[in-house]
Amino acid sequence: MSIDLEQFHETFFEESFEGLDIMETGLLELEHGEVDLENINTIFRSAHSIKGGSGTFGFTAVAEFTHDMETLLDQMRNGERQVTVPVVETLLGSVDVLRSMLNAIRDGSEIDVNNVSQMTASIKGILGVEDAASGAPEVEKYAQAAKGWVVHFKPYVDILKTGNDTVRLLRELNSLADQTEVTVDNESLPPLTELEPEECYQSWSIKLIGAEVSEDEIREVFAWVDDECDLKIEAMAEDSSDSIAASPGEEQSEEELPEKRSVEKRAGKSTESSSIRVNISKVDELINMVGELVITQSMLSRFGESEEFNDSTIERLKDGLAQLEGHTRELQESVMRIRMMPISFAFQRFPRLVHDLSTSFDKKIELIMTGETTELDKTVLEKIGDPLVHLVRNSLDHGIESPAERIKAGKSETGVINLSAYHQGGNIVIQIKDDGAGLNKDKILTKAKEKGLVNSDERMTDDQVYDLIFRPGFSTADVVSDISGRGVGMDVVRRNIRELGGAVEVKSKPGEGSVFTIRLPLTLAILDGQLVGIGDETYILPVISIIESLQVKSENINAVAGNAEVYRLREEYIPIVRLYQIFDIKPVSTELDSGLLVVVEAEGKKIAIYVDDLLGQQQVVIKSLETNFRKIEGLSGATILGDGTVALIIDIAGLIDLYQKDMASNVVSIKGAAA
Amino acid sequence: MSETAEDLGQPESEKEFKELLTFFLAGEEYGVDILRVQEIKGWDSVTNIPNTPEYIRGVINIRGSIVPIIDMRLRFTLEKKEYDATTVVIILNVVSKGNADRVMGVVVDAVSDVYNVPVNDVKASPDFGTAVDTEFVTGLATIDGKMIIVLDIDHMLNAAELAVVDQMAE
Repeated sequence: MSIDLEQFHETFFEESFEGLDIMETGLLELEHGEVDLENINTIFRSAHSIKGGSGTFGFTAVAEFTHDMETLLDQMRNGERQVTVPVVETLLGSVDVLRSMLNAIRDGSEIDVNNVSQMTASIKGILGVEDAASGAPEVEKYAQAAKGWVVHFKPYVDILKTGNDTVRLLRELNSLADQTEVTVDNESLPPLTELEPEECYQSWSIKLIGAEVSEDEIREVFAWVDDECDLKIEAMAEDSSDSIAASPGEEQSEEELPEKRSVEKRAGKSTESSSIRVNISKVDELINMVGELVITQSMLSRFGESEEFNDSTIERLKDGLAQLEGHTRELQESVMRIRMMPISFAFQRFPRLVHDLSTSFDKKIELIMTGETTELDKTVLEKIGDPLVHLVRNSLDHGIESPAERIKAGKSETGVINLSAYHQGGNIVIQIKDDGAGLNKDKILTKAKEKGLVNSDERMTDDQVYDLIFRPGFSTADVVSDISGRGVGMDVVRRNIRELGGAVEVKSKPGEGSVFTIRLPLTLAILDGQLVGIGDETYILPVISIIESLQVKSENINAVAGNAEVYRLREEYIPIVRLYQIFDIKPVSTELDSGLLVVVEAEGKKIAIYVDDLLGQQQVVIKSLETNFRKIEGLSGATILGDGTVALIIDIAGLIDLYQKDMASNVVSIKGAAA
Repeated sequence: MSETAEDLGQPESEKEFKELLTFFLAGEEYGVDILRVQEIKGWDSVTNIPNTPEYIRGVINIRGSIVPIIDMRLRFTLEKKEYDATTVVIILNVVSKGNADRVMGVVVDAVSDVYNVPVNDVKASPDFGTAVDTEFVTGLATIDGKMIIVLDIDHMLNAAELAVVDQMAE
């Protein structure tokens, strides 16, 4: 029977990339001087699994490359090698090379051979130097091995069901030594009538006489069946083969545990894959909920069958319906939670990024991350990575000053970047905070005027000025470095975040630093909506952006320059947006005081939307307009109401843009008329 | 039905047939590949989409998906007509290169019939110069002495969308 190995490729890649991430994290910790044996072990195991996997799938280039890394790690693990910065740097570099190799294989493209051979050479360089130094213990080990080994191999009964073949293992062992002696223990073999052909009852003692191999090489043979057998490997003493050594088998199983735990901890991580690994407890919860739902359903169906209907049955029916509602909501939340993943998956790349960038910028930077366990929707998580990278790079490049400047400003030499995530209302908030120089208001204004983004006589608040950096065609970097200023500006960051239904804003204080705040919806699937009526149409406003709804008092309406209307609300002037004008709908009334104003906020800007009526609030399932149609400016999607009709969901930030464009075109036409 | 589908896969075959669903639009009979027709339903109210051309009537809910509805008369800049009892919406699967298939609806005056037409009988439409827009016409077929205009719906409905995008970009 031939098995199509290709079906496992994706899993292999997924696991290997996870392994690489684990290695990277571990190596970065090592670099910070925390030499911890468990940590090195973890790194080693990741490398080992990648090597094993790539060997199995025939990616020999990867296997060979990893083998050298593994050798180096093994020496570190055995304390034969000092953990030094150059060694860790080399390993970090090889993690990158390995990642690019795996990427190349996955995408079916060419592996960059130069890169690989360079890296192999530098690893071999380190190994070569050290080999000479540690030659002695190595020889001793082999000398000890020369007498041979006794391997006690006692597989568990289920070993065959896991697809492992004991015969293959024995054959492989046989190839390690010139002369082998095998003793089979048939004691636990049941009578033929009770024999289960798919189970394994025997155990073996194998003497490898004169085998010139190390213990690790023997263990290697059993690498795949580690947790499916008891394994004892003893060095052959002078003549007795029965010496009772400490059982390395137990040690082995103990060693296995942390790996399993770490695998579980990592469950669910995969950056671009379409599959998702879900914690079993979440699934159990779901099954419980479904159970409850079935019970409620059977209770309700009783009413359908009952002949008579009186007050008491109606009362119970209402109770049942209330229960049903509760369960539906809980079920919905449970299902949502399946898609939820901790934000650490997006954060984990930053230690490395900051490490690399601070070296290339000659800056000293400490990265502090908090709230890594905050969960958010997988889709949001995958798409927020790039904007976050951009913002962190930005803080590093433009925010934090050089050590010399920092000392001059009376700050500590090391800059701090704070990356934090937390929940607030129905949103998740991600903050990137630096203690650098802050945004330079004058520079931004000059630049904006240069680019014609603002008029030279325009009066702006600080926040409005800072907001200019998100405008298309704006970049404050004096010198275009390879990190920033590659044409991917802050406007792209804002656009990407908006596509996720979120918002980004910046606050800054000269000399103290800046804070970028990203607000994202927890999920892209469901939204708390406020239904509003405009003419015959029903639109939905996200409740999260609504500040308040109010009846218009005509004395609070002011007109600015004839066309733009503002509403005075507690000493604040808020522009009035007549939705029917922007969306070209026939309203019930155009008189402001016969309708209502809904004050909404997005990205720090407030507008008051004029609507005919408020119709009630409900949770709505967001459907994309793009599936069958395309994106419409000012709308974030559509939903289906209880009566089966479609209602459109308003994207507040987009609407503000539309309104501003509308106003701008009016201004242009007035100016044109004047000229 | 399945036989027809197989036949379509062999363009070399002499006896290749194509089943067309035909409909009326301002007195003319038009045909579309029946394999693309998902369903036919009566006219029902739609939800208007702001800032779109008039021929995009709006969107409706078809079993949970949001489907845009396009008025064919307006699309072909024909005279407007009040919707009546025979007005129907034909829901079509639109295939576009590089994108996932989309579902769109077109409003027509009435559905007519289903014909089995030999592919070779569909003649390329004559060149009308600039007087008539034949961009979306695959060809003309003659059935029982009637002329049927066979439409290229993929081209038409993708172009319909692209036109809007261009307009918005200005």
